[in-house]
Amino acid sequence: MTSSRAAKALFQAGAVVLALGLTAAVLAATGTRPFAAFASIASGAAGNWGVASDVVVAWVPLLLVTSGLLVTFTVGLWNIGIEGQITLGAVFATWALRSCEGSALSPALAIALAFAAGMAGGSLWAMLVGALKTFGGVNEIFGGLGMNYVATALNIWLIFGPWKRPGIASMSGTLPFDKAYWLPTLNEQSRLAPVAAGAAVLAIVLVFLLVQGTYFGLKLKAVGKNPKAAFLLGVPTWQYMMASFAICGALAGVAGAVQVTAVYHRLIPSISSGYGYLGLMVAMLVNFSAALAAPVALFFAALNVGAIQLPITLKLDSALAGVLQGTLVLFVLLAEGLRGRLMGKKGGKA
Amino acid sequence: MNGDFLFIGLAGVLASAGPLVFASIGEAITERAGITNLSMNGLILLSAMSGFAAALSTGSLALGFLAGALIGGLVSGIVAFSSITLRQSQVAVGFVLTLLCRDLSYFLGNPIMGKPGPRLSATPLPALGEIRYLGPFLFSHDIMTYASFALIALAWLFIYKTRPGLVLRGLGERPAAAYARGANVNRLRYLYTIAGGAIAGIAGPMYSLSIKAGWKGTITGLDGMGWIALAITIFGGWSPVRVALGAYLFAFLQWLGLVLQPSLPGVPSQVLQVAPFPLMILTLLFVNVGNAEWVSASLARLPERPRRTLARFLRAINVKPPAALGTPFEKD
Amino acid sequence: MRIELRNIDKSFGPVHANAGVSLAVESASILGILGENGAGKSTLMKILSGFQPPDSGEILLDGERAAIRSPADAIRLGIGMLHQDPLDFPPLKLVDDLVLGSPGSLRPDRGKAAKELRELAGRFGFDLDPGSYVDALTVGERQQLEIIRLLWLGAKVLILDEPTTGISLPQKEKLFATIKRLASEGMTVLFVSHKLEDVEALCDRAVVLRQGRLVGGSEPPFDARRLVELMFGKELPQAPRRRAEPGEAVLSASGLCLDSIRLQIKDLELSVCSGETIGLAGMEGSGQALFLSSCAGLERPVSGRLRLGERDMTSAGHHDYKRSGVAYLPAARLEEGLVPGLSLSDHFTLAEGKKGLFIDRGEADRRAMSRIAAYNIKGRPESPVESLSGGNQQRALLALLREELSLILVEHPTRGLDIESTAYIWSKLKERCAKGAAIVFISSDLDEILQYSDRVIVFFAGRVSPPLPAEGLGVEELGRLIGGKGWERFDEAKAPTGAARGQGA
Repeated sequence: MTSSRAAKALFQAGAVVLALGLTAAVLAATGTRPFAAFASIASGAAGNWGVASDVVVAWVPLLLVTSGLLVTFTVGLWNIGIEGQITLGAVFATWALRSCEGSALSPALAIALAFAAGMAGGSLWAMLVGALKTFGGVNEIFGGLGMNYVATALNIWLIFGPWKRPGIASMSGTLPFDKAYWLPTLNEQSRLAPVAAGAAVLAIVLVFLLVQGTYFGLKLKAVGKNPKAAFLLGVPTWQYMMASFAICGALAGVAGAVQVTAVYHRLIPSISSGYGYLGLMVAMLVNFSAALAAPVALFFAALNVGAIQLPITLKLDSALAGVLQGTLVLFVLLAEGLRGRLMGKKGGKA
Repeated sequence: MNGDFLFIGLAGVLASAGPLVFASIGEAITERAGITNLSMNGLILLSAMSGFAAALSTGSLALGFLAGALIGGLVSGIVAFSSITLRQSQVAVGFVLTLLCRDLSYFLGNPIMGKPGPRLSATPLPALGEIRYLGPFLFSHDIMTYASFALIALAWLFIYKTRPGLVLRGLGERPAAAYARGANVNRLRYLYTIAGGAIAGIAGPMYSLSIKAGWKGTITGLDGMGWIALAITIFGGWSPVRVALGAYLFAFLQWLGLVLQPSLPGVPSQVLQVAPFPLMILTLLFVNVGNAEWVSASLARLPERPRRTLARFLRAINVKPPAALGTPFEKD
Repeated sequence: MRIELRNIDKSFGPVHANAGVSLAVESASILGILGENGAGKSTLMKILSGFQPPDSGEILLDGERAAIRSPADAIRLGIGMLHQDPLDFPPLKLVDDLVLGSPGSLRPDRGKAAKELRELAGRFGFDLDPGSYVDALTVGERQQLEIIRLLWLGAKVLILDEPTTGISLPQKEKLFATIKRLASEGMTVLFVSHKLEDVEALCDRAVVLRQGRLVGGSEPPFDARRLVELMFGKELPQAPRRRAEPGEAVLSASGLCLDSIRLQIKDLELSVCSGETIGLAGMEGSGQALFLSSCAGLERPVSGRLRLGERDMTSAGHHDYKRSGVAYLPAARLEEGLVPGLSLSDHFTLAEGKKGLFIDRGEADRRAMSRIAAYNIKGRPESPVESLSGGNQQRALLALLREELSLILVEHPTRGLDIESTAYIWSKLKERCAKGAAIVFISSDLDEILQYSDRVIVFFAGRVSPPLPAEGLGVEELGRLIGGKGWERFDEAKAPTGAARGQGA
């Protein structure tokens, strides 16, 4: 047992080294000293309290999304439609806030409603993909992809149409909400809302408990690993798939609501900001383990934020963060496959 | 709108669809062999940037297109290696690569962003280019657009009229049977994944060296073409001619959106750009709706006449994916 | 072409599929290869046709050693194999299916191929239109197409693997006439089957494989008794059996019709009583698995009725059956019955169907420990099920069964298990019988069928025998029925209601 675990760790470590090496090579190709770039990212993420709080701000939606994706991955689904679910969550949250604006309801209640609406929106959008899969046989990858585009179109139509700013419509989104309806942040300068951070941590803890500790989670795992056997053991497989879509969509919706109420205070065209796809990467990298999700998500968020100032300090494109993230996941995947090929196939199948 | 304007506009549609034709037909070939190459979006961006960079540094447009094809083949090679040899999930590796290649293209392309570079010019065919209406429509394009026309014909000929093309069709349908007929399934899957990727890799330079010359980073407008190509591959039923028609339809809708923009101020162009995806979902629904149990159960309850007509209708719209798409092949 | 196999040996892990098999076939002759499931016939043919390399031994074609390492090699050497499920391409046209994989120029001449297809088809009386699609053909027609294709490619050896499963009688007669004609024209034919009457009608010679070894052969006139004895082994003295006291009807099927791609079961009548054990015998693919699945709600009947006690369960789903006290244990333990990656404890927790939110780990472990002890499973609660041996996996499957069950349906309960595990599994099953449960099981082991069943039902190509009391039944008779002989007496004796009637596909 220990030798195989040691082998696994060895391969993963090798993957990380290769990833860093490849990124360094890419950097060298642009004529930059790799260390300088890494140092710049590090200081861009942890150099002062301002950027540190920005890292946490980016961490919140990423962690929420990753938590949800862990549920769908447990049941064996590729929820590529996560981006659209974030968007719909943001849309529903915006709609709720717009309806409450200026009404008698207290701002706190309005924000709470916005979050509830966001969960409903994301959940609904996810269940559409689930329905397409269960009743229409449409693979959830392509169904999700299609619905992402529809969500984007819906979002843009709202921003440029019914919800446009008075005067002319603008790419900078809808009219910002009154300050009263902003989720309270740490202080004036930062965009970090403790409520949102708390929600993210709560989400990952709940998902961990759900998957590891409940009957529901055990049944999810069974469906994910062997749907046929799970069915024979009495688990209603399609219902559990739909339930996982609903949960993941709800968490994505919360992420969307956070973006609207705490970060941008309005609806913008790119409200999902790629957090969905990034969350998929985090989930793949931690091999769907909830325990590692929070730290790895923090690391990825730090890379994103740290790379923001690269164009200024080193005249490099901030996409370097994505390069690092991508190579890490790629090499870990390849290493896992290599390990399986080299070690696992002894005495194979008849 | 007069006739000249219309045909010039339609010529633009044909030209702007060129990259999509290359990408979709390349992916159709790969998927016919049984592999789904989800890295398409990033692949196109990376090949566009590399193609432009190569053309910029060497001054040769040909080298630019070659570079794009090489990058396309290389990225697809990683997909092939990971799925065929390492038996990892095609979705996982394709998805990671699509994001990675996109970020690589922005990062490595940063220094050349906004720089003016060589641009492919139109080569109107003598005599044919002069014909009224048809001239500008079909015969006044640049070399690569002509190449896209040729690709449709070549791909169609290859798949439906040659021996290796027949084996390709069998490969995706029933690899075990192809193996029984003597085909080296895994080697062929490598071949067609890389070849399909190389063909798709031409789409990128077509964009950065011709349609919207230059590399403009995130505002290039190229991001998303790969996903659209994947959708069109399905919508076109993995057949070169139908796939190309799907590409032209999409480009036409985009052009229509631009043309109608002044008359519909409230509707942004992005809404029309979404069109391929509901179409793709509908296609996938139709693919499976004949097979779903609840459909056949409800069909069985209908009386004779409507059941027969409905069954015939279902069979007509039925678009079948290669049966072995996405499944690994093991020699047992 | 003369084929000689010398000392062919092949193992898959612990399974010794072929053990030193040697045989020779002359050209212009038809050799029948008989054997029950798992005897090694398919493996041997796979080796000859290039799908598997042998571990040792050699193949000689016309006296020369041949290296057959892939199907491509085999085709080149003129060896053609007709698989039980023809390896063709459903969405293609016949002419395309014909041409695919054949050597030649870049552009295949479809016109010429179509003409040659028509000619060959006509020569043998096949009705094949080159322009039609493969998925529109019946199984028999697809076979005809494959034979034509192999001839067209110039095959000198034809291997036929269970070709008469799922084809109509006229098609079978046509097939046999074709084979005889081909043999007379010089073809070497190997005919693999479990159907005695087919081998008797067609072959010049027959050999029997049993447990990987060539145990004997025969020439016409064939002695069916001797062949059966070779295939299934001599009769063993039976252990004294406990006679079950049948109680009330637990499951009753009336007029049941089931459909699958290869066969149809028509008008099945059966009543299973509590406390009794019914064994379903027959070669794989004869309909037993289809029937067993329908008893669990996993297959929907085309028509007829299935009742559990008083309740009509015909259109109920599997989970309804489970709630009504029916359990189904599949043959593929790790692929269909257990979840690889989950532990024993997890499985017991899943099967328990408890209410509540959080798993009580302490209780789960206690439950796991007690089950492990009760069923003598060599494993710990946290052991992942894929690490258990086959016997322990089967015990785990049994341990997952709920206490109160009225009907237990088992597919191949002791496949691949040693004698000790087999006896243990059956002791556990019989314990349930004593408590009133009924058991219906499928097995390819005739001894097992005869030893543990109260009544036996034989399946042959979708035909279903009436339930036969196991006491008076012998191995030889059972083997004959499985091979398709002796069914006439069922048609003659019109059994009173309550017994099973059967009809052909």
